[in-house]
Amino acid sequence: MKIEQTRDNSTLTLALEGRLDTITAPELEQVVNANLEGLTALIFDFAKLEYVSSAGLRVLLSAQKKMNKQGKMEVKNVCAEIMEVLDITGFSDILTIV
Amino acid sequence: MAAKEITVDAALEKGEELTAFVESMLEPYDPSPKATVQVDVAIDEVFSNIVMYSGAKTVTVVANLDEPTSVFSLTFIDKGNPYNPLEKEDPDVSLPVEEREIGGLGIFLVKKTMDDVHYERKADQNYFTIYKKIK
Repeated sequence: MKIEQTRDNSTLTLALEGRLDTITAPELEQVVNANLEGLTALIFDFAKLEYVSSAGLRVLLSAQKKMNKQGKMEVKNVCAEIMEVLDITGFSDILTIV
Repeated sequence: MAAKEITVDAALEKGEELTAFVESMLEPYDPSPKATVQVDVAIDEVFSNIVMYSGAKTVTVVANLDEPTSVFSLTFIDKGNPYNPLEKEDPDVSLPVEEREIGGLGIFLVKKTMDDVHYERKADQNYFTIYKKIK
């Protein structure tokens, strides 16, 4: 998985490409944790993401909990296959999908 | 088609090898993109579960496609501790964010996206099979 980071003042956009699974989820968690300081908006761009497994959901949940304390988090460009995973697991109610 | 099998070390990074094995096997049959993604996710969930909880050293995966029905089956076999992930209670997916926990979500996802799942313990081995119609 590739993670493209774009920081604009207190907004960080993470564009993910590939698969967010057991192997790649820890990388994403590291990037999120390393950038949290001073962050008020965290945007995930899923345009090039192929799929998310539960390991990826765990990272998204933890990021959402952290951003609830200091700003907002949004997920954009979610494809139908990933949307189904978010719906089944109730994550579509937890996350802000734009 | 004849069943195919592969044995890999029980290590998380070997999941990619399994995914590649399954994708190359299914490709000639033109599976739907949705079924492919769901099978890939299921492989990640089931394999990582075995690696983390069974204590097995290796995992053998037997793949089979029933051509008349397009039903693909994948059986994960390991010599680890008896472990039936289907006995786990489904997570409450309606809880608000602060109360959500992630345990059990992977197998729940597998149960919801596969057409059928089956666990069996025989000859001191765990057999976990997922079934999915690929088109």
